[in-house]
Amino acid sequence: MSSYPHAPGFVAGDRPKVVTSRFEYTDSFTIDRYLATDGYTAIRKALSKPAAEVHDEVKGATVLGRGGAGFPAGTKWGLTPQNVWPRYLVVNGDESEPGTYKDRLLMERDPHQLIEGCLIACYAAGLSQCFLYIRGEMALAQERVATALNEAYAAGYVGKNVLGSKFSVDIVLHWGAGAYVVGEETALIESLEGNRGMPRLKPPFFPAANGLYGQPTIVNNVETLANLPWLINNGVEAYTAIGTKTSPGTRMVAVSGHVKRPGVYEIINGITTFRDLLYGEEFCGGIRNGNSLKAFVPGGGSAPWFTPDQLDLPFEASQVGPAGSMLGSGAIMVMDETTDIPAAALTLTHFYAHESCGKCTPCREGGTWLERILTRVVNGTGTDADLQQLIEVGTSICPGDFPHASNEALGLAAVPFPYKMTTICFVGPSAYAPIHSALTLFRSEFEARVTKRITIPVTAVGVAQ
Amino acid sequence: MTTVDPTNTTHVDPNAVSLTINGKSVSARKGDLIIAAADKANEFIPRFCYHPRMAPAGMCRQCLVEVEGPRGPMMVVSCMTPVAEGQVVRTETEQVKKAQEGVLELLLANHPLDCPVCDKGGECPLQDQAFSHGPGESRYVEEKRHYEKPIAISDNVFLDRERCILCDRCTRFADEVAGDALISFTSRGNNTQVMTFPDEPFSSYFSGNTVQICPVGALTAKPYRFKARPWDLDQVESTCTTCSVGCRTVVQSSRDELVRYQGVDIDPVNWGWLCDKGRFNFEAINSEDRLSTPYLKDAHGNHVATTWSSALETAARMIRTSLATSPESVAIIGGARGTNEDAFAWAQLADAIGVDQRDAQLADGLPAEVFSLAQATIDEAMAAQTIILLAPDLKEELPVLHLRIRDVAQKRKAKVVEITSRPTGLTPSAWKSVMVEPGKAASTIRAGLDQSILKQIGSGTVSVVVGRMNLAESAESVVLALAEILHVAPQAKVLPVLRRGNVRGAITAGLTPQRGAADTAEILALAAAGKIDTLVLLGSDPLSDVPDADLARRGLAGARNIISIDTFMTPSTSQADVVLPAAAYGEKNGTTTNLEGRISNIAQKITPAGTARPDWMIAVELASALGKDLGLGSVEDVTAKLAKTVAQFAPAADTKALRHDGVVMNRLTPITLNRAEAPANDRNSYDYRIVSFRKLYDSGISTAKSPSLVTLAIGATVVVHPLDLDRIGVQAGAHVQVIGEKATVVLPVSTSEDVLRGTAWLPFNQPGNDAREMFDVNATVVDVRIEKLS
Repeated sequence: MSSYPHAPGFVAGDRPKVVTSRFEYTDSFTIDRYLATDGYTAIRKALSKPAAEVHDEVKGATVLGRGGAGFPAGTKWGLTPQNVWPRYLVVNGDESEPGTYKDRLLMERDPHQLIEGCLIACYAAGLSQCFLYIRGEMALAQERVATALNEAYAAGYVGKNVLGSKFSVDIVLHWGAGAYVVGEETALIESLEGNRGMPRLKPPFFPAANGLYGQPTIVNNVETLANLPWLINNGVEAYTAIGTKTSPGTRMVAVSGHVKRPGVYEIINGITTFRDLLYGEEFCGGIRNGNSLKAFVPGGGSAPWFTPDQLDLPFEASQVGPAGSMLGSGAIMVMDETTDIPAAALTLTHFYAHESCGKCTPCREGGTWLERILTRVVNGTGTDADLQQLIEVGTSICPGDFPHASNEALGLAAVPFPYKMTTICFVGPSAYAPIHSALTLFRSEFEARVTKRITIPVTAVGVAQ
Repeated sequence: MTTVDPTNTTHVDPNAVSLTINGKSVSARKGDLIIAAADKANEFIPRFCYHPRMAPAGMCRQCLVEVEGPRGPMMVVSCMTPVAEGQVVRTETEQVKKAQEGVLELLLANHPLDCPVCDKGGECPLQDQAFSHGPGESRYVEEKRHYEKPIAISDNVFLDRERCILCDRCTRFADEVAGDALISFTSRGNNTQVMTFPDEPFSSYFSGNTVQICPVGALTAKPYRFKARPWDLDQVESTCTTCSVGCRTVVQSSRDELVRYQGVDIDPVNWGWLCDKGRFNFEAINSEDRLSTPYLKDAHGNHVATTWSSALETAARMIRTSLATSPESVAIIGGARGTNEDAFAWAQLADAIGVDQRDAQLADGLPAEVFSLAQATIDEAMAAQTIILLAPDLKEELPVLHLRIRDVAQKRKAKVVEITSRPTGLTPSAWKSVMVEPGKAASTIRAGLDQSILKQIGSGTVSVVVGRMNLAESAESVVLALAEILHVAPQAKVLPVLRRGNVRGAITAGLTPQRGAADTAEILALAAAGKIDTLVLLGSDPLSDVPDADLARRGLAGARNIISIDTFMTPSTSQADVVLPAAAYGEKNGTTTNLEGRISNIAQKITPAGTARPDWMIAVELASALGKDLGLGSVEDVTAKLAKTVAQFAPAADTKALRHDGVVMNRLTPITLNRAEAPANDRNSYDYRIVSFRKLYDSGISTAKSPSLVTLAIGATVVVHPLDLDRIGVQAGAHVQVIGEKATVVLPVSTSEDVLRGTAWLPFNQPGNDAREMFDVNATVVDVRIEKLS
């Protein structure tokens, strides 16, 4: 098997490594390497304890969901009704938020860690079967996870009577077909059932109670589960010693755009700031060509934008939310001074309009409408009325005040996250988010592009005075 | 014993939930949706995708309302949010108004405003709600979505994807209600569209319902397209009599011509649904071929138009002459196609002149004693824990009853056990399907059903849906099987499923053999032997419907005089000496009785064709020509006298109750069926045993005379198991000779895995060579040989 180069930007160092500890090896994805580096010791340790105790450890460590919403995994597991069988674990490996590619690396570079995480989760939460849903486009991740799963089955880590215990679990792989919306958990469940990937409304379809095939289902992100082997091996105290009380542990972030070293970094939750990440020598090393930072997206393409004013915020949801955005999927997109802001907004809006599943009217119709107006504006054929229209359409998708960051120069106060929405899932609002941020923070760039509407005096066309 | 005193307000319903909607306090039941609670409280919330008879989809987002939550007002869709105790709902705040206007503007963004040429214009929920809840004007200046204007997605349904607002109603109906998931969403986002699968049309028996529930003009039906504008329509509520389910409908006309039927939602019967045959067969009533004047046969055997007075006089003379010989030389066949009043007036006439030989069934029904078993209404039958089907394919014969049973089976509210000789439309939903060779149902049950089935039957309430599962098998065979079922399930209630529209009403009103007189098969045999002098065909066509073609032919040939009262010149009518044109459905008032015994009104909407008259009126006039006064001057007189004379019809005295839901007739004192050893019915292994039942579309008048339906009949054919086809040694599609004891019929052969080996399925009464030539009413089963054409 050929070695796979390190992800660009990945830096080995002394920082605590919870999920990337094996990334420095070129054969990190093999079972031999995994076993040589404490692999499958955590599940052995977990199985020696009652499931409830393992569950309590995960709860005690406050392992936050790394998919976007940041809901603690231990608490989520506790939401399933007891004694309803079967009950499922669904692993959301449909990572497709623009700018996000951390889960892909975790699956490509350390698939056994994910598999062990699944085993621990199934044991602790009392789940009878696991479905691993991997995005259609991630060919290498699919190959590596499939190979790893075969190895794990052959070695007796997965399947009937894991490691000779009474605990049995099957892991089923499923390849997606490449729809962004399937990253939304209920749409993922629909897709897994063989239907069109369209979100279900919560309520009544809270997966924990009524999920896959109508059974209790836990949907966890890849990175969340990848945290578990380290947590079980090193204990709650070691885990919570990293990061802050509300955001313990580390977190994978994917940086793209105009920095010197874009890539995936494991940063410390709640402590590392955006400034550390973008300018720190051990991370991105500053903006490319010595340019200045214009704006950045802190949490995936659907997050409202930040400007240099927010650089000193740490990776802490309770601080980023009130500041007007979200940490989301941990994707940071950096725009330097050369960025054409309306065009950047259009790129993102185009993505979300294109990826709408077509279920909710505001997203289906509104997303495309926004894209068309913005295209006109970017092409220089828009009018100033179009700028107002963008906001009006956005309001139909997200009624009320839309969150945005504060801005000293503009004298803007922050509107805290989240927003209200008229759609089931976040795809619709996501089409509007970049437009709102761009229009609020960089309105002059739009105004420079549009044609001012000319009011023709009535007398000029000869209508009676 | 404790009783609940309704005036005692301390009695609390544990499922009651009280909430406030727009400050109004509203009581609802646990599990109700906010939108349904609001409807009950007369607080209208705009909606497109919500339909009370289908699972909510939350798709259109039009029904957004505000609900007070722990973190302030939340915006929720009222079609998916259940009510909760103390909930505070607001549907008219600025925020809600803005959201609803926003959604409506977005729905209209790509909707072509072709209302002036759209059939839906004037009764369009999108149009109406754009006025009531829309922003007034659109700011959408982009090019709208374009698709090819209407494409035919089936023979009768057209889809205009430009008008479609993607509410998921039709697709949900097709999948959830009809079970024919033949239309679905394709493509994504802004390009999402409803589409059929490649080369697979939306050929559902229920496709017309999608047209009715479409909230825009995206789906239109061929029979109504461009026929009328909604504001030109005149309508009455009525009951469909195409089959005996008795679906509630509105009958709509424009310029004294029927143009459309729409389903009306009543709880006990059809829930708003109709089958396509019932929905579109108004075309037959408008047909140019309708009989519009009386005819007499002249000396050369030609029918010559005449006046009512001479026709009635001739008919009276024939009857009078025959009566002079003996009342037994007169017989009446038919009556199940008319109203209760029609049947009763004819029964009164027969009573007055002493004719006992009368039968509303055409040797294709069940003995009237099935009505004397413990009876279930449709609702009662559906509420049972086990539903046993000893019936024909209900999807073909009683389509809306099929939907009701499918509903409980799919929702796992009841377990369906079917006993059948061929998989039916309900087989996929059934808990157990017991496949029996024709003629062996009784002996199979007697020998013992599967333990799991017996346990299920023994564990709770049971209903038995019973009808003629095979027209090539005798009625006795079904009754014997029913007796065996009632032996293992003595608690069971019975729902008899006889097909013809008002068969239950006609039998109950008196059109059934009196004092042990001859039934239809016996009347025909007597006629063939020259013992019937005057045969009255009351809207019946024995030559097409009696499952013994030879007997019917000999019977009609042997009767000296035939008087036919009908709407069309059917094969039997064309042999009649006197032809009297009858008013059809939609042309007369009265009441009808459905298979469960529910009496409801049918209403006149248009004037009858030519000089056609209702059957009851013909009976009265014929009686008067015979010197008898029935004392019936109006249809209301007949209803009143019927309610007074026939105990079972007593509830019909409350004429107001006959509208909408109707009333269920009084039940007879239940009897028990005697079990008996069934004949062995063993079969020569070279033979094929015939299974025959009707398809929805056959050669019957309402299909054959409706241009939109006539092409849907599959045509006469014989279907065998693929392995049997190999044994015959021909390819599918070839013609084979089907050799029976009475006749040999040449038919095209096809195969289906659904047909049991050793049996041959022949659809009943299809265009083409007639399988009934081989049937024998006196035989329990019919065995045939199938051979290559020599």
